[in-house]
Parts: sequence; C-alpha cells; structure tokens
Amino acid sequence: MATLEIRDLHVTVEADNATKEILKGVDLTVKQGETHAIMGPNGSGKSTLAYSLAGHPKYTVTGGTVTLDGEDVLAMSVDERARAGLFLAMQYPVEVPGVSVSNFLRTSATAVRGEAPKLRTWVKEVKETMERLHMDPSFAERNVNEGFSGGEKKRHEILQLELLKPKIAILDETDSGLDVDALRIVSEGVNRVRETGQVGTLLITHYTRILRYIKPDHVHVFADGRVVESGGPELADKLENEGYEAYVKGGVSA
Amino acid sequence: MAEAQNSPTPVGSTTAGQIAVAAESTVATRMSAPPSFDVADFPVPHGREEEWRFTPLERLRGLHDGTAVAAGQGVKVVVEAPEGVTVETVGRDDARLGKAGTPVDRVAAQAYSAFEQASVVTVPKETQLTEPIRIAVHGEGGAAFGHQVVELGAFAEAVVVIDHTGDAVLAANIDYVLGDGAKLTVVSVQDWDDRAVHVAQHNALVGRDASFKSVVVTFGGDLVRLHPRVTYAGPGGEAELYGLYFTDAGQHQEHRLFVDHSAPHCKSNVAYKGALQGEDAHAVWIGDVLIEARAEGTDTYEMNRNLVLTDGARVDSVPNLEIETGEIVGAGHASATGRFDDEQLFYLMARGIPENEARRLVVRGFFAELVQQIGVQDIEERLLTKIEQELEASVA
Ligand SMILES: Nc1ncnc2c1ncn2[C@@H]1O[C@H](COP(=O)(O)OP(=O)(O)OP(=O)(O)O)[C@@H](O)[C@H]1O
Ligand SMILES: [Mg+2]
Repeated sequence: MATLEIRDLHVTVEADNATKEILKGVDLTVKQGETHAIMGPNGSGKSTLAYSLAGHPKYTVTGGTVTLDGEDVLAMSVDERARAGLFLAMQYPVEVPGVSVSNFLRTSATAVRGEAPKLRTWVKEVKETMERLHMDPSFAERNVNEGFSGGEKKRHEILQLELLKPKIAILDETDSGLDVDALRIVSEGVNRVRETGQVGTLLITHYTRILRYIKPDHVHVFADGRVVESGGPELADKLENEGYEAYVKGGVSA
Repeated sequence: MAEAQNSPTPVGSTTAGQIAVAAESTVATRMSAPPSFDVADFPVPHGREEEWRFTPLERLRGLHDGTAVAAGQGVKVVVEAPEGVTVETVGRDDARLGKAGTPVDRVAAQAYSAFEQASVVTVPKETQLTEPIRIAVHGEGGAAFGHQVVELGAFAEAVVVIDHTGDAVLAANIDYVLGDGAKLTVVSVQDWDDRAVHVAQHNALVGRDASFKSVVVTFGGDLVRLHPRVTYAGPGGEAELYGLYFTDAGQHQEHRLFVDHSAPHCKSNVAYKGALQGEDAHAVWIGDVLIEARAEGTDTYEMNRNLVLTDGARVDSVPNLEIETGEIVGAGHASATGRFDDEQLFYLMARGIPENEARRLVVRGFFAELVQQIGVQDIEERLLTKIEQELEASVA
C-alpha cells in the first residue's frame, strides 16, 4: 500500500532578498485509500507544502524528509515525482500557449503510464471523463488553460487526476472560485478516483464547504507552517463554527 | 487592432504596433535614401538610421561599407528545373533584371552594383509544373554578390525551393515576376552554417489576379537580414507571406517585410512566427503594410508571434500599417511576444513530462498551425523535421 511520509519538513523561499522560512516542521502520513483534509488560514503555508511536495524550484527544502513507499521524493525531479505517483491539482493552473489539451493529456498519460495509451481506448476514456465533468468536447482542441474560466481550470485539473490515476493526490484549493454546481461536479470527479481505493488524497482547503461532498478520514489544522492539530471529521465542524481564531497568533482570524 | 498578449513581454524585448492614417506614406520617408540601383546613392550606415537601428553593423563583415569584396567562388548556385523551364546565366545588362523592385538599402544596392552574373529562371505562360524548381545556394566561405530572377508567364504555376547552406558573406537580390493569373510559391530556407552572413532583398511583382506565396524559413547563420517585399502590377493580386525562424544563442535574424498595396482589390496576409533560445539570440521583425490611395478594396492582415524559451534572448517586433484610403475590405495587425516560462515548464513536468519533451511540445505546438498553412506537403514535413532537429540540438 502506497504511503507518503512527511517528516519535520522545513521549507524556505527567497523574497525581497531575504530568506523566509514558510514551513516549520511539517509531519504528516498519507496512505493509499485515505483522505486527509488540511485546513488553515490564508498564508499559513498550505500551497507551499503542496508545491514543495511536487518539487517547484522556488521552494527550498532546508530540513526534513519526504518519502513515497520509502523512496526519497526530495531527490527526484518534478517529472520523476509525477511518474512516481504524485499528483498536484494546482490552485492557480498556468496557461501553456501552443499546446492543445488533447496533446497535453496524451503526452502526460504516456509519460506517467510508461507507454502510449492505445489510441482508440484513449479517445473514449478522455471523452467519457470529460462528459462526466461536464466539459465540452471543444476543450480538447483548446490550448492548455488558455482563456479557461476559474471553474474550467479546476475541472481540467480533475480531468487529469482521473486520467493519470496517481497514488497520492494533492488538491490545492480545488474548491475555491467554484459555484455550487461546479463544486458538486468537481467533487464527484474526486470521489470517483477515491472510490477506487487506489489513491491517498491530501485535500487542501480554506473552507469546510467542500467537505460536505468529499468526506475526509482525517482533518488537520495548518497554521504558521505546521500541523497544529489533527483529528477526525468532527474537527472540521469545530472549525466551521469557531474559525481559525484559536490557531492564529494574536487571535486574529484570516 | 493590436492583439492582447497572453504572457508579459520578456525583459528586453519590444513589441510596438502602429496604425497610421496618412495622406502620404512615411514608410518611404523613414528610409535614409530613396530606392536606387546604385550603391553610391546610399550613405554608409552608422547604425542609428531607422532601417539599421536593430542590426549589428560590425557583424555584416563589410557588406554595408564597401569593404566586403567578392573573392573567388563565394557561393555556388545550382538550379534544378523540370522540363519546360528555361534556366539561363546572364550578364549585368540583361533587360530582365531588376524589374520587380529597386534596392531600398545600401547592402541591396551594393549587391546590385557588384554582382557579375545573374541567374534567370523562366516558366513560360500557361505552364503548370508538377515538380518544384530547386535552387541550391551553397556558401564556399567567401564574400559574394548575387542576383536571381524567377519569372512566370501568364497563368503559369510553379513552386520554387531555394536552399541556403554552407558558409558565406552574401548580399543578394531576388526578383519574382508573376504574369497575370500566375501562381508562384517560393520557399526560401536559410540553413546556413554558424558563421554565415546573409542579407537579401526579395522583390515580388504580382500580376493581375496572380497569387504569390512566400515561405521564409530561417534557422542558421550568424546574421541573416531579409527584406521580402511585394508590389502589385494590377488589381486582384494575392500575396501570402509566411515566415518561421528559430533563433539560437548569438544569432541575429531580421525579417523586414513590406507589402505595397499599389493596386485596387488585392489581398495580403502576413504570418511570421519565431522561437528564440539562448544568450543574445536576437530576432527582429518589421512588418510594413502600405495601402495606397488608389488601392480601394484592399484586404490585409499581418501577424508576428514570438516565443522566448530562455532568458537572454531578445525580440523587436514592429508592425506598421499605413492607410491612405478608407475604401478597404479590411486591415489589421497583431504582434505578440510571449515567454515559455518556468511556471509553464513546472506545470508540464508536474504531469510527468520530462523537461526536454516539455519544451519540444510547446515549440512544436507553436509552429504547427503556421506550418499547416504552407500547403506544400513535402515542405511541411521537412520543416517539422528541421524544427525537431533544432530542438534536439539546442535542448540537449
Ligand atoms: N514564491 C514565493 N515567494 C515569496 N513568498 C512566498 C512564495 N510562496 C509563498 N510565499 C509566502 O509564504 C506564505 C505562505 O503562502 P502559501 O501560498 O503557502 O499560503 P496558503 O496557506 O496556501 O494561503 P492561501 O490560503 O491564501 O492559499 C505567505 O506569506 C506567502 O506570501
Ligand atoms: Mg494556497
């Protein structure tokens, strides 16, 4: 069973000619089949955690370890991590001019699966997955994320999640900017992947709203660069009622 | 009408666009001297002139100041033509030379003043070639001045492929003369060795109801500066000018287009795309379109797009449209220079795609649409292969 283990992870960024520590010792274990919600105020370092796991070059790991089934994730390049089974659905997916969605998906699936998917079954697989996410077939011919609305970008991320079938999926605020219908459609996509039991999910969110659709097994409160409290789903209810006030220095909620 | 850019212009690059409605053309007055066949009519440029300001004069190896002297065999020209085509080598005084246009800068005039022999390729009227005419221009290392004429009689149809390879310091003029209703496609590939310098003016004179298609492909050379120019001899003419360049570290590639809508009811469509990578890669694109007062019914569009793959590369893109009559079908231009940046690379790699393949994917996608427009099957394939090779060579 695939396991992602994060131990005492410290991460810094360079900003305004100064080095700033953002992650200050994160400990977390995510196993295949489990869903962990990470909730925390704005600026607490949730995206930094997500990007650091995916290997974004802006973030420097200064301490700690990350392993996937015992393999050192931090020693892998960005693409190696993806091929090892890590997937990051981004909070702000970027536009890639000149590259069509269909070409992108196929290239990516070929890289992750280690061989080119058979054309006929592939076309069908993409078409059906897009249908379930209520994406118009015309998206396949558009350039990656170019001119996509916020909601369309998120669906496109989940489309990739469904097609790439990672071992560990990190979803960074996949719920933000979605109206209720879109939230439901996107959540159903995530749940289809979860129901296979093959994926461990790290669901990063600021709001409890998405947890009505995607039920977590564990909830972690993230504040000031670390996990400050962990519990079951009931912890989310507490956050819903009380906000992050108790966890934020000076008692000011973000 | 300038189009929005999808990513910010990279540091150091410029894209400026202008649409001027004027009673008199400024395209002509921006040049430091009126067109002339005589090099003596042009002062030696110092680099601040409008038409020279982007060009590193010191790398012209003397083409601009008279110090480049033709020595021995500078370039070897081999013309391979299917049956029915006349290929001649003629002297300076042949009446068919210089009919399509007059040199507009000192180097073109230098070429016209210095060449000794010209090559004239004639496709008789109503002849439709099924095979291309191939002109191989191979640099043997020296300086050379050339003149080439391709003339199509009325309703003739031909494809001409000109390949530039080897090492040379070459200044040349090419005349394309299209009779009424003729159809000419010219593909000019600049696949020079790293040290080559190539400055050329391509003049097309498009006859009544004739169609001219130019595909300019620049990969190699230290400095390449081309002037594709179109004028119309009568109404109903069409010109499509496509260009594709891949500018590597240290290369200067400059394409200066001019379409002179000198007759009514003519069309022009200009689309140039370039990718750049490496330190001091410099691409310059100037797109001048003039719609003269008598050219009512004109339909024109010009577009230039650049994809900057790494830091240190620079693009200057200047579309310029001048309209002297309001009685036109359409006129527009777009210029954009975008960056393939680290965030895009990260996004693709985060989906398992290795770095080199990610770059290839982006560049191939960027050029694909343009390559499809070329419409000559074996050229399309060759270009795609060539782009792959460029990427292999530079990404590795
Ligand atoms: N690339 C960067 N350069 C400079 N500072 C950064 C960078 N990335 C993150 N930070 C800083 O690190 C802190 C944590 O940011 P991060 O985006 O990880 O927070 P977050 O918890 O995801 O917030 P949100 O809920 O708004 O998405 C913030 O103070 C942010 O400004
Ligand atoms: Mg965030």
